[in-house]
Amino acid sequence: MEFIESVTITPFVMIAQDFPVFFGEVVFNGVLTGVLYSLVALGFVLIFKASGVFNFAQGAMVLFAALTLVGLMELGLPVWLAFILTMGAMVALAYAVELLVLRHLVNQPDIILFMSTIGLTFFLEGFGETLWGSNVKKLDIGIPDTPVEITGMLFNSFDLIAALACALLVTGLAFFFQYTPTGRALRAVADDHQAALAVGIPLKKIWIIVWSVAGIVALVAGIVWGAKSGVQFSLSLIALKALPVLILGGFTSVPGAIVGGLIIGVGEKIAEVYWGPAVGGAIENWFAYVLALAFLFVRPQGLFGERIIERV
Amino acid sequence: MNLKRLGLILTAAVVALPAVPVTAMAAGEMFIPLLVYRTGPYAPNGIPAANGMVDYLKLLNARDGGINGVKMVWEECETKYNTKLGVECYEKLKKKGPTGAAIVNPFSTGITYQLIPKAFVDKVPIHSMGYGRTAAGDGRVFKWAFTAPTSYWSQATAFIKYVGEQEGGLDKLKGKKITLIYHNSAYGKEPIRTLQILSEKHGYKLDLLAVDHPGQEQKSTWLQIRRLKPDYIFMWGWGVMNQVAIKEAAAIKFPMDKFIGVWWSGSESDVRPAGEAAKGYKAGNFHGVGSGYDIHQQILKTIYKGDVEAAKKNNWGEVLYNRGLTNMVYDTEAIRTAMGKFGNKPMTGEQVRWGMENLNLTQDKLTKLGFKDFMQAHRITCEDHEGGGPVIFQQWDGKQWKLISKWYTPMYDIVRDLVEKEAAKYAKENKITPRDCSKEG
Repeated sequence: MEFIESVTITPFVMIAQDFPVFFGEVVFNGVLTGVLYSLVALGFVLIFKASGVFNFAQGAMVLFAALTLVGLMELGLPVWLAFILTMGAMVALAYAVELLVLRHLVNQPDIILFMSTIGLTFFLEGFGETLWGSNVKKLDIGIPDTPVEITGMLFNSFDLIAALACALLVTGLAFFFQYTPTGRALRAVADDHQAALAVGIPLKKIWIIVWSVAGIVALVAGIVWGAKSGVQFSLSLIALKALPVLILGGFTSVPGAIVGGLIIGVGEKIAEVYWGPAVGGAIENWFAYVLALAFLFVRPQGLFGERIIERV
Repeated sequence: MNLKRLGLILTAAVVALPAVPVTAMAAGEMFIPLLVYRTGPYAPNGIPAANGMVDYLKLLNARDGGINGVKMVWEECETKYNTKLGVECYEKLKKKGPTGAAIVNPFSTGITYQLIPKAFVDKVPIHSMGYGRTAAGDGRVFKWAFTAPTSYWSQATAFIKYVGEQEGGLDKLKGKKITLIYHNSAYGKEPIRTLQILSEKHGYKLDLLAVDHPGQEQKSTWLQIRRLKPDYIFMWGWGVMNQVAIKEAAAIKFPMDKFIGVWWSGSESDVRPAGEAAKGYKAGNFHGVGSGYDIHQQILKTIYKGDVEAAKKNNWGEVLYNRGLTNMVYDTEAIRTAMGKFGNKPMTGEQVRWGMENLNLTQDKLTKLGFKDFMQAHRITCEDHEGGGPVIFQQWDGKQWKLISKWYTPMYDIVRDLVEKEAAKYAKENKITPRDCSKEG
């Protein structure tokens, strides 16, 4: 009886007591976190749209990009130069992936492409650690990291700036892929490799563009998360945070990644703060998946995913 | 050579790069397996500890020609702090060397839990120094497991003693609020019962906040801290969880000198990412910090030929490097103790277990080995595989860790009572008849 009360009544009483200031803080912190989730999820969406492949290596790309950036900074390069060189490294990686992996797997079943990204994950993790070491590296890109109070709600200046930067990047990419010829070509490639080739869309070029953009998105995600925790191996695990966002938002939708990230971010924070105490806490990780699966009951293709009907 | 083949060769080369360090073995040498994690999410913690262990073994060979003339050999096995891999490493190495594994240090609570039942069968002593199953302190039930010099439960009582003293006495804890932020795993949950018992005794309110592995995202936890407004926060964290927690504490302006981590939450890599914000953060410990001890000078001179930079690259003097040294002192002195009874030759696991149970690390012995002022004298017995060693507190000053307190003896009456009850429960569940230590040789 006590347990039922603690999950059905107590959380709502607490929300009413905390409204509006503390509850607002929970929601807005969820929004800030959600934007960061969106950014990680976006990396997956871009590659899935272009090649129909779930890129298992996206987390490893985040780690590799952040390790390269901080490694170059440790060599004495200024932040801006290290950033540009790391972007170059991610573009080079995109070329290498296309040249050594994707080119040889055109028209292979999706599972083969998926397996190749698992191989890429192990390569990037091992190569990154061999090149730059396994120690935790401090990443300071000059963004102030101080508490800020807004109408009684406490935030962190770094979180606010990072969320704003990520929001701009995500919005820019959404427009780019929705309204430019490259974006249209990308969608065509996603629908059918051979058909896209037949109408003159350069498949290899599209893949390089998409993997490059996903690499740059990984770099930004690596900077944001790396500055929060230090650059270290566990950065590759933040990909796990993107999975419920993808389930919820759909694997092919850029707006889905954005909205999905926000729903997951806010949902898991509210669940942990108000329902967590009733069940011993640490529920946000799995609650995010429960939330995503609940949406799937209503929309199996995800919030914004394409509804595919196949004749069998 | 086509590009596909070149790619395959490059991949194979990179995968093969982190080759397993192993020393050559010969009859008449003493073998110790080293379960390490130099890769994976917990590598920043695993590397310094492994380097400390290896450097001490190298020093013993170079300085003393091994132990009583018996050279030490070792082989590293990569566990990635993964329980399954840890068990595989144990199985792979338990029979290596002329006499098999002398003693195993799992360096993970999860791996320790899995190895304890195996140790009974394989007759290999397991030393989980300051981690693992605290109930293993009862040597009558856990014949093959050791937690010396101190355990999580002992540390939890030392924490309460320390904050009680900060407040002006244990009676002043009544009405205070203490929050435990813990890694949501067997390791993180270890201190809960002890802190609950002490909460009933001393009247403080205990709140528990679990953080799931790996702990990269903790906003919810720290929002709850904002609401709970604790007087003190204790943290039982590991890996990235520590670094994020320290940054989040600073972000909500929590006073860092009231934020105290377990000894696995107090290394350099835990505080460096937070920079200045970590200043004032405290952690428990059971050995010295820094490189200002005789043992460090001996290692610097003998292993690194005076090259400080080379030594520092191998984490010389860092907290977890020093823990690796401490771990090896226990293991190797247990071997030396066993040799005192069984002769100067490679020891079997069974003989080293006897050595552990009769280990008496006096201050004199520690001084001769180079550990003067680094750690406290300690004794292990057949009944008591922990020994209730004292706990000291360290604080980060923005650049380095500094010891800031006296040594605190745990509330060992409470801990021992809990250990015996828990061990009796384990004995019953596993049909183990506790030993009569008065009949042991």
